[in-house]
Amino acid sequence: MIEININKELHGANGLMNLNTNLSIKKGEFVALSGESGSGKTTLLRILAGLEDAKGTITVDEKEWLSTKKTLAPQKRSIGFVFQEHALFENMTVLQNLLFVTQNKALALRLLEMTELTTLQERYPKALSGGQKQRVSLCRAMMRKPQLLLLDEPLSALDPQMRNKLQQEILSLHKEFGTTTIMVSHDPSEIYKLATRVLVLKDANIIEDGSPKEILLKTNGSQKFSFTGELLELKKVDIIYVGVVAIGQQLVEVVLSEEETQTLKVGENVSVSAKAFNPTLSQKSL
Amino acid sequence: MFEPFYISFKLASITVAILFIISLPLAWYLSQTRSKIKPFLEALTALPIVLPPSVLGFYILVALSQNSPVGAFFKDTFDISLVFNFTSLVIASCFYSLPFMVQPLQSGFESLNKNMIEASYLAGKGKWETIFKVALPNIKPALITAIIITFAHTVGEFGVVLMVGGSIPGETKVASVAIYEMVEIMDYSSAHIYSAIMLGMSFIVLLSVYTFNAKHNRKFGL
Repeated sequence: MIEININKELHGANGLMNLNTNLSIKKGEFVALSGESGSGKTTLLRILAGLEDAKGTITVDEKEWLSTKKTLAPQKRSIGFVFQEHALFENMTVLQNLLFVTQNKALALRLLEMTELTTLQERYPKALSGGQKQRVSLCRAMMRKPQLLLLDEPLSALDPQMRNKLQQEILSLHKEFGTTTIMVSHDPSEIYKLATRVLVLKDANIIEDGSPKEILLKTNGSQKFSFTGELLELKKVDIIYVGVVAIGQQLVEVVLSEEETQTLKVGENVSVSAKAFNPTLSQKSL
Repeated sequence: MFEPFYISFKLASITVAILFIISLPLAWYLSQTRSKIKPFLEALTALPIVLPPSVLGFYILVALSQNSPVGAFFKDTFDISLVFNFTSLVIASCFYSLPFMVQPLQSGFESLNKNMIEASYLAGKGKWETIFKVALPNIKPALITAIIITFAHTVGEFGVVLMVGGSIPGETKVASVAIYEMVEIMDYSSAHIYSAIMLGMSFIVLLSVYTFNAKHNRKFGL
C-alpha cells in the first residue's frame, strides 16, 4: 500500500499551481498517469523518487519515505525509474549497466532474456536503437526488484510497433515481479492495455480517478462515434468541399458543405462524429 | 643544464595532482548547485585568469610571509618558510592554475545528461561513486583537457613564480625564469635552445589534446 499526501508549488505555464495529491495506491496496481503536458505528472514521479522535494508524507508499506521530519534519499527508496530517454550509462555495456545497480548476474541475464536482449549484452548504448535502449533502461530499473516502478513516458519516442512490443514486456515484468507501477502515458490504447487505474491530472490536480473503462470509453450526447482529430486541409472538389482530418495515425476525408467550411480552420482540433441512421418511433402528442 | 626544465615539470606534476583533488569536488558542486553563491564562487575561481600575475604573486607573498599569521604559524610550528622555496611555488601555482582545472571539469559535468546522474542515484549509488564511475568516464575529453592544460599552464607561468619563488638554482628556478635570466645576461644561444624546447613541447601538448578530442568525438559519433 502506498499513501501519497503531498503538496508542492509549481511554476506552470499559467502561473503558480499547487500540486496537491491525496492518493492511496494498492500493492500490485498499475496506475496510468495522464494529462496535458505541464500538468505536473513528471514532477509527481520525481517527488516519489526523491529527486525533488515536497511537503507532506509518502508512506510505502508502512515505511516513511517522506514526512515532516525526514526525506529519504533516492538511494534508499526501493524504486525503479525509467526516464523518457537517454539515461543509460554511456561508458558501460548493456550488461554492465545492469550490474552497476546490483551484482546479481543471474537476475541480469534473466531480464535480458525476457526482453530479448541477450545477444546485445556486450554492446555499448551508442550502438543501440531507441527501442533497445529503453528495454535496457527497463531491465536496469528492475535490477533492484523495486517496490515501486516509475515510468515517465518511456515509450513516447518509439514507433508504434516497438511500442506494442515494449508494452507487453512492461506488463510481463510488472506481473512477474509483483511491483506497483506508475506510468505516465498519453496513449489511450496503451493505458487501456496496461493500466488497472487511470489518474488524470490538470493544473497539478487530480481531476479524474477510475478504471480505464470508466475514463477512456466516453461518448457524449447521442453520437455513436466520436473522434477528435486535427484538420489538415480543406479543399474544394467540384461542387463539394472535402476536409482531410488526422485521427491518431490515420487520415480520413470528410465531405463538408460550404457553410461548414466557414467555421473551420486548418490546424484546429475538430470532432468527427456520426449518428447511426436509425429511425425511431415515438407517440405523437396532439 | 636542463635542471630548470626538471623543476618546471616537477612543479607542474605536483600542481596537477593537488588541483585535481581540490577541483573535482568544487567543479562537481558548481555544476550541480542552483545556490545563489554559485556566481560568487565562479568569479572567485576565474580571478587568476584576469589578474596580472604580479598582483596574484604579491598577495600570495604577503599572505605567506613570516609577518602574516599563516606564515608565522608554519614557521613557529613546523619551522618551514613558505616563501622563496619549492613549497611556495606549489602553493602559488595551485592558485594560478585553479581555473584551468575547474572550468573544463565543470563544463564537462554540466554537459552530462542529468537523467544519467539521477539514474545512478536511483541505482542506490552515492555521490562519490557516481562521480568516479559514471560522471568522469563520460567526460574524458574534458578531463584530459583539464589535466593537460593545467600542466602546460603551470610549466608556462612566469610572473607569479618569480615573485613568490625568486630564482634559486635547483630549487625555484623554473624554465621560464631561466630564459628570462639568459636574455638579461645576453646568453642568446641558451635562450634560443630553451625557448625552442618550450615552443615545441607546448605545441605537441596542444596537438595531442585536440587529436584526442577529435578521435573521441568520432568514436562516439558526436
